[in-house]
Amino acid sequence: MQKLNALIIGPGNIGTDLLYKALRSEWINPVWMVGVEASEGITRARERGLKTSSAGLAGALSGLLEDEVRIAFDATSAGAHKEHARVLEEHGIIAIDLTPAAIGPFCIPPVNLADHTKSLSMNVNMVTCGGQATIPMVAAVSRVQGVAYAEIVATVSSRSVGPGTRKNIDEFTRTTASAIAEVGGAEEGKAIIVINPAEPPLIMRDTVHCLVVGEPKRSEITSSVHDMIAEVQRYVPGYRLINGPIFDGSRVSIFLEVAGLGDFLPTYAGNLDIMTAAGLRTAEIFAEEVAAGNFVLPPRSS
Amino acid sequence: MDLSGKRVILHDMSLRDGMHAKRHQISLEQMVDIAQALDDAGMPLIEVTHGDGLGGASVNYGFPAHSDRDYLSAVIPKMRQARISALLLPGIGTIDHLKMAFDLGVSTLRVATHCTEADVSEQHIGMAAALGLDTVGFLMMAHMIPAEHLVQQALLMEGYGANCIYCTDSAGYMLPDEVTEKIGALRTALQPATEIGFHGHHNLGMGIANSLAAIEAGAHRIDGSVAGLGAGAGNTPLEVFVAVLHRMGVEDGIDLYKIMDAAEDHVVPIMDDPIRIDRDALTLGYAGVYSSFLLFAKRAEEKYGIPARDLLVELGRRGTVGGQEDMIEDLALTMSKQSAP
Repeated sequence: MQKLNALIIGPGNIGTDLLYKALRSEWINPVWMVGVEASEGITRARERGLKTSSAGLAGALSGLLEDEVRIAFDATSAGAHKEHARVLEEHGIIAIDLTPAAIGPFCIPPVNLADHTKSLSMNVNMVTCGGQATIPMVAAVSRVQGVAYAEIVATVSSRSVGPGTRKNIDEFTRTTASAIAEVGGAEEGKAIIVINPAEPPLIMRDTVHCLVVGEPKRSEITSSVHDMIAEVQRYVPGYRLINGPIFDGSRVSIFLEVAGLGDFLPTYAGNLDIMTAAGLRTAEIFAEEVAAGNFVLPPRSS
Repeated sequence: MDLSGKRVILHDMSLRDGMHAKRHQISLEQMVDIAQALDDAGMPLIEVTHGDGLGGASVNYGFPAHSDRDYLSAVIPKMRQARISALLLPGIGTIDHLKMAFDLGVSTLRVATHCTEADVSEQHIGMAAALGLDTVGFLMMAHMIPAEHLVQQALLMEGYGANCIYCTDSAGYMLPDEVTEKIGALRTALQPATEIGFHGHHNLGMGIANSLAAIEAGAHRIDGSVAGLGAGAGNTPLEVFVAVLHRMGVEDGIDLYKIMDAAEDHVVPIMDDPIRIDRDALTLGYAGVYSSFLLFAKRAEEKYGIPARDLLVELGRRGTVGGQEDMIEDLALTMSKQSAP
């Protein structure tokens, strides 16, 4: 077993939670944390033995090459990722993009991760928290029968929604809707996000409505949904089916709750946890494929 | 209370909030007919959108009989003096919807957020203001937070470019003293040029009294709907409110008899059920629950046998906010499992 050396860009809440998870990984070895200024996140990473840079990706580049870093998690912003993507690609580093930039193909691990490793994608995008929580369910229905329309409602606690998401909430709805169709397999997708300020904060809730083509195949859909829940639970243990699938005419509805592991982020922030867990899961599969010789890393250009 | 000589702008909600009460099934003909009756009565502003705003067409909130585009395209060219507004809830509708409404000729764009989440409205308010629209920040469920907190959120929206800020009593929970306090706090904190608005629901029968309190405290725009057609027990019934305003010497520019006739001859005939304070609508007001949950709770009662009142009280206890309609069926399923032998 050979761990892949990894870099985390963005020492905020997401980056730090990802770091804590990666430190337990059998496949990923986090060695660098990069930020754009001195911060608590940089200090925390250093205390956990990582090399750090507060001068952005460019400031860490020579160190990354020396340390044979081959995989990077970008937990910054869509705007920043555009530049990061270019630099990472140039240096043969696989990018796991946790921003809404969506430069690379969408990745929902239990649905289409295997396709990306086969096609040697060097940049994959983790969609959105709402997408990670719901698209596996859309896919669970669409692998049984045609889904003409799928709609998801993600309700998240106010405390778990950062300023980046708030400034561009349309990015959430648009990106999630596209991925519902592209990855979930629905002909048309719609996404709704509701932010709830209740105290104590509510655990992320997600509702998935699918309008299927023809009479819903109830027992097949039900078992497909249960199988997919188990798949997601492999990397997000707090992923739970609360109600459903229920059937009403052509409508299939599934009611979910997503509790986090509480690594760095609180357990109610399942929306953030499912992003970091899915990102790490994706990196681990890449590392497994590299170790098995199925995914050949590009030679370094410098 | 002396309001004589004050001027207010009334804003009709029957074709937007009323969409909730009509399960979003108002026909294009009905919409044009009612809008023309209102236009003729002198109504300065009329809102036309899916009940949950632009882009609200969904399984979760209901698919409308026609698209926002179709409704706006049908109504706007028929107006002689009335201007048309559209509502947008960030998280449901997007900038694309906003631009569509602008291209179709709305004068006013109202961006609605839960009262604590104003910062999700920055891009939408900014865009509406940049397009030169009359731009309104609409703080929903305003009963849930103290006046000081509401003021902070209003200042954010004003900072993004809104020229009018609403205190929105989405649950019909407020009593007049609370309206006085909140509108007064907004009036004091916001710039003098920024207008203040009040949107009421009639779930505790307070629509008229609260709207009067709002005017006295400095509100300049008041929402209501002809014949009260709106979510829950409806909005402040405008024909009644106009009669009261005229007795009090408030200038609103409305022809009282014409708006009475619009209510009686155009709106009441299209109602699916009478708009009244039944026990479930009363529960919304009493428990502080989002008014458009009403029909969803009634349907869940029918399907799962859990009383709508019990569902609404529990949703209130959980601090549910506007947009969480999915939690009604979810809760009914959970409660029916618990009550199963």
